[in-house]
Amino acid sequence: MTLAIEYASWVLILLGSFFTVVGALGIVRMPEIFTRMHAASVTDTLGVGFLILGMGLQAGFGLVTLKLVFLMALFLFTAPVVTHALAQACLHEGIKPQLAEDRRGDGRQQS
Amino acid sequence: MFAAAAAAILVALALVITRAIKGPTVFDRVLAGNSVGTLAIMLLAVVGFLTERPEFLDIGLTYGLLNLIGTLAVLKFFRHGDLAHDVDEEARS
Repeated sequence: MTLAIEYASWVLILLGSFFTVVGALGIVRMPEIFTRMHAASVTDTLGVGFLILGMGLQAGFGLVTLKLVFLMALFLFTAPVVTHALAQACLHEGIKPQLAEDRRGDGRQQS
Repeated sequence: MFAAAAAAILVALALVITRAIKGPTVFDRVLAGNSVGTLAIMLLAVVGFLTERPEFLDIGLTYGLLNLIGTLAVLKFFRHGDLAHDVDEEARS
Protein backbone atom coordinates (compact mmCIF):
# COMPACT_ATOMS: atom_id res chain seq x y z
CA MET A 1 0.00 0.00 0.00
CA THR A 2 2.72 2.49 0.97
CA LEU A 3 4.71 1.44 -2.09
CA ALA A 4 1.69 2.10 -4.29
CA ILE A 5 1.31 5.59 -2.81
CA GLU A 6 5.03 6.19 -3.34
CA TYR A 7 4.78 5.23 -7.02
CA ALA A 8 1.61 7.31 -7.46
CA SER A 9 3.29 10.41 -6.04
CA TRP A 10 6.32 9.78 -8.28
CA VAL A 11 4.10 9.68 -11.36
CA LEU A 12 2.12 12.77 -10.31
CA ILE A 13 5.24 14.83 -9.57
CA LEU A 14 6.85 13.84 -12.88
CA LEU A 15 3.63 14.72 -14.73
CA GLY A 16 3.53 18.07 -12.93
CA SER A 17 7.14 18.78 -13.89
CA PHE A 18 6.35 17.90 -17.51
CA PHE A 19 3.36 20.25 -17.69
CA THR A 20 5.32 23.04 -15.97
CA VAL A 21 8.04 22.86 -18.62
CA VAL A 22 5.44 22.61 -21.41
CA GLY A 23 3.69 25.75 -20.18
CA ALA A 24 6.96 27.68 -19.98
CA LEU A 25 7.90 26.48 -23.47
CA GLY A 26 4.53 27.73 -24.70
CA ILE A 27 5.15 31.17 -23.18
CA VAL A 28 8.39 31.38 -25.17
CA ARG A 29 7.16 29.87 -28.45
CA MET A 30 3.62 31.23 -28.88
CA PRO A 31 3.26 34.13 -31.35
CA GLU A 32 1.30 36.73 -29.37
CA ILE A 33 -0.02 37.67 -25.95
CA PHE A 34 -3.39 35.87 -25.96
CA THR A 35 -1.92 32.52 -26.99
CA ARG A 36 0.84 33.05 -24.42
CA MET A 37 -1.80 33.50 -21.73
CA HIS A 38 -3.27 30.16 -22.80
CA ALA A 39 0.14 28.53 -22.41
CA ALA A 40 0.66 30.14 -18.99
CA SER A 41 -2.63 28.67 -17.79
CA VAL A 42 -1.24 25.16 -18.44
CA THR A 43 1.42 25.83 -15.81
CA ASP A 44 -1.13 27.37 -13.44
CA THR A 45 -3.60 24.48 -13.55
CA LEU A 46 -2.09 21.17 -14.67
CA GLY A 47 1.52 21.77 -13.58
CA VAL A 48 0.70 23.17 -10.15
CA GLY A 49 -2.21 20.75 -9.66
CA PHE A 50 -0.20 17.59 -10.36
CA LEU A 51 2.81 18.79 -8.33
CA ILE A 52 0.64 19.64 -5.33
CA LEU A 53 -1.26 16.34 -5.56
CA GLY A 54 2.04 14.46 -5.67
CA MET A 55 3.44 16.38 -2.71
CA GLY A 56 0.20 15.86 -0.78
CA LEU A 57 0.48 12.08 -1.27
CA GLN A 58 4.07 12.28 -0.10
CA ALA A 59 3.23 14.34 3.00
CA GLY A 60 0.37 12.17 4.23
CA PHE A 61 -2.63 13.39 6.16
CA GLY A 62 -1.85 16.46 8.27
CA LEU A 63 -1.20 20.18 8.50
CA VAL A 64 1.20 20.14 5.56
CA THR A 65 -1.45 18.68 3.27
CA LEU A 66 -3.93 21.31 4.46
CA LYS A 67 -1.45 24.03 3.53
CA LEU A 68 -0.97 22.39 0.12
CA VAL A 69 -4.75 22.38 -0.41
CA PHE A 70 -4.87 26.09 0.53
CA LEU A 71 -2.06 26.77 -1.96
CA MET A 72 -3.95 24.96 -4.72
CA ALA A 73 -7.19 26.82 -3.88
CA LEU A 74 -5.25 30.08 -4.02
CA PHE A 75 -3.97 29.21 -7.49
CA LEU A 76 -7.40 28.13 -8.70
CA PHE A 77 -8.84 31.51 -7.64
CA THR A 78 -6.03 33.89 -8.58
CA ALA A 79 -4.97 32.51 -11.98
CA PRO A 80 -8.32 33.26 -13.73
CA VAL A 81 -8.47 36.70 -12.07
CA VAL A 82 -5.01 37.64 -13.36
CA THR A 83 -5.71 36.22 -16.83
CA HIS A 84 -8.98 38.13 -17.07
CA ALA A 85 -7.41 41.40 -15.93
CA LEU A 86 -4.53 40.94 -18.36
CA ALA A 87 -6.81 40.20 -21.34
CA GLN A 88 -9.01 43.17 -20.46
CA ALA A 89 -5.98 45.46 -20.22
CA CYS A 90 -4.72 44.20 -23.61
CA LEU A 91 -8.09 44.82 -25.30
CA HIS A 92 -8.34 48.25 -23.64
CA GLU A 93 -4.90 49.08 -25.01
CA GLY A 94 -6.05 48.08 -28.52
CA ILE A 95 -4.16 44.79 -28.91
CA LYS A 96 -6.39 42.45 -30.91
CA PRO A 97 -6.06 38.64 -30.99
CA GLN A 98 -4.17 37.50 -34.06
CA LEU A 99 -6.38 35.44 -36.37
CA ALA A 100 -5.46 32.62 -38.75
CA GLU A 101 -5.95 34.83 -41.83
CA ASP A 102 -3.51 37.39 -40.39
CA ARG A 103 -0.81 34.74 -40.30
CA ARG A 104 -1.57 33.10 -43.65
CA GLY A 105 1.08 33.64 -46.32
CA ASP A 106 3.73 35.44 -44.32
CA GLY A 107 4.56 32.46 -42.11
CA ARG A 108 5.87 33.16 -38.63
CA GLN A 109 6.60 36.86 -38.34
CA GLN A 110 7.54 38.01 -34.85
CA SER A 111 8.85 35.71 -32.18
CA MET B 1 12.16 12.78 -7.41
CA PHE B 2 11.89 16.21 -5.78
CA ALA B 3 15.27 17.05 -7.28
CA ALA B 4 13.87 16.25 -10.75
CA ALA B 5 10.85 18.46 -10.09
CA ALA B 6 13.11 21.28 -8.85
CA ALA B 7 15.26 20.97 -11.99
CA ALA B 8 12.16 21.09 -14.22
CA ILE B 9 10.89 24.19 -12.41
CA LEU B 10 14.29 25.87 -12.80
CA VAL B 11 14.28 25.12 -16.55
CA ALA B 12 10.77 26.58 -16.79
CA LEU B 13 11.92 29.66 -14.84
CA ALA B 14 14.79 30.20 -17.28
CA LEU B 15 12.40 29.96 -20.27
CA VAL B 16 9.90 32.36 -18.71
CA ILE B 17 12.63 34.87 -17.84
CA THR B 18 13.75 34.93 -21.49
CA ARG B 19 10.17 35.93 -22.38
CA ALA B 20 10.23 38.62 -19.68
CA ILE B 21 13.42 40.05 -21.19
CA LYS B 22 12.33 39.70 -24.84
CA GLY B 23 8.58 40.41 -24.54
CA PRO B 24 7.58 42.97 -27.20
CA THR B 25 4.77 44.54 -25.16
CA VAL B 26 4.53 45.34 -21.48
CA PHE B 27 1.74 42.75 -21.12
CA ASP B 28 4.08 39.94 -22.15
CA ARG B 29 6.37 41.06 -19.35
CA VAL B 30 3.50 41.20 -16.84
CA LEU B 31 2.43 37.67 -17.87
CA ALA B 32 6.01 36.42 -17.57
CA GLY B 33 6.36 38.12 -14.18
CA ASN B 34 3.22 36.41 -12.94
CA SER B 35 4.49 33.05 -14.19
CA VAL B 36 7.83 33.67 -12.44
CA GLY B 37 5.85 34.18 -9.22
CA THR B 38 3.90 30.96 -9.73
CA LEU B 39 7.07 28.98 -10.45
CA ALA B 40 8.85 30.54 -7.47
CA ILE B 41 6.04 29.35 -5.18
CA MET B 42 6.27 25.82 -6.59
CA LEU B 43 10.06 25.91 -6.25
CA LEU B 44 9.67 26.96 -2.59
CA ALA B 45 7.29 24.06 -1.94
CA VAL B 46 9.48 21.51 -3.75
CA VAL B 47 12.68 22.67 -2.06
CA GLY B 48 10.86 22.53 1.26
CA PHE B 49 10.05 18.87 0.64
CA LEU B 50 13.56 18.23 -0.74
CA THR B 51 15.18 19.44 2.49
CA GLU B 52 12.37 17.86 4.56
CA ARG B 53 11.22 21.17 5.95
CA PRO B 54 7.68 21.66 4.55
CA GLU B 55 7.27 24.82 6.68
CA PHE B 56 8.35 26.73 3.57
CA LEU B 57 4.74 26.36 2.39
CA ASP B 58 3.72 29.30 4.62
CA ILE B 59 6.13 31.54 2.74
CA GLY B 60 4.68 30.17 -0.50
CA LEU B 61 1.13 31.09 0.54
CA THR B 62 2.20 34.64 1.45
CA TYR B 63 4.09 34.98 -1.80
CA GLY B 64 1.03 33.81 -3.75
CA LEU B 65 -1.13 36.55 -2.24
CA LEU B 66 1.55 39.19 -2.88
CA ASN B 67 1.92 37.94 -6.46
CA LEU B 68 -1.78 38.54 -7.17
CA ILE B 69 -1.76 42.03 -5.64
CA GLY B 70 1.46 42.97 -7.44
CA THR B 71 0.26 41.83 -10.86
CA LEU B 72 -3.09 43.58 -10.51
CA ALA B 73 -1.36 46.77 -9.29
CA VAL B 74 0.97 46.80 -12.32
CA LEU B 75 -1.94 46.17 -14.70
CA LYS B 76 -4.01 48.92 -13.10
CA PHE B 77 -1.09 51.30 -13.33
CA PHE B 78 -0.58 50.64 -17.04
CA ARG B 79 -4.28 50.85 -17.78
CA HIS B 80 -5.07 54.08 -15.94
CA GLY B 81 -1.61 55.57 -15.41
CA ASP B 82 -2.52 55.92 -11.77
CA LEU B 83 -2.89 53.47 -8.90
CA ALA B 84 -5.49 55.64 -7.09
CA HIS B 85 -7.80 55.72 -10.10
CA ASP B 86 -11.42 56.60 -9.34
CA VAL B 87 -13.93 54.54 -11.36
CA ASP B 88 -16.83 56.96 -10.70
CA GLU B 89 -14.82 59.79 -12.20
CA GLU B 90 -14.46 57.88 -15.46
CA ALA B 91 -18.21 57.20 -15.56
CA ARG B 92 -19.00 60.89 -15.08
CA SER B 93 -16.66 62.26 -17.72
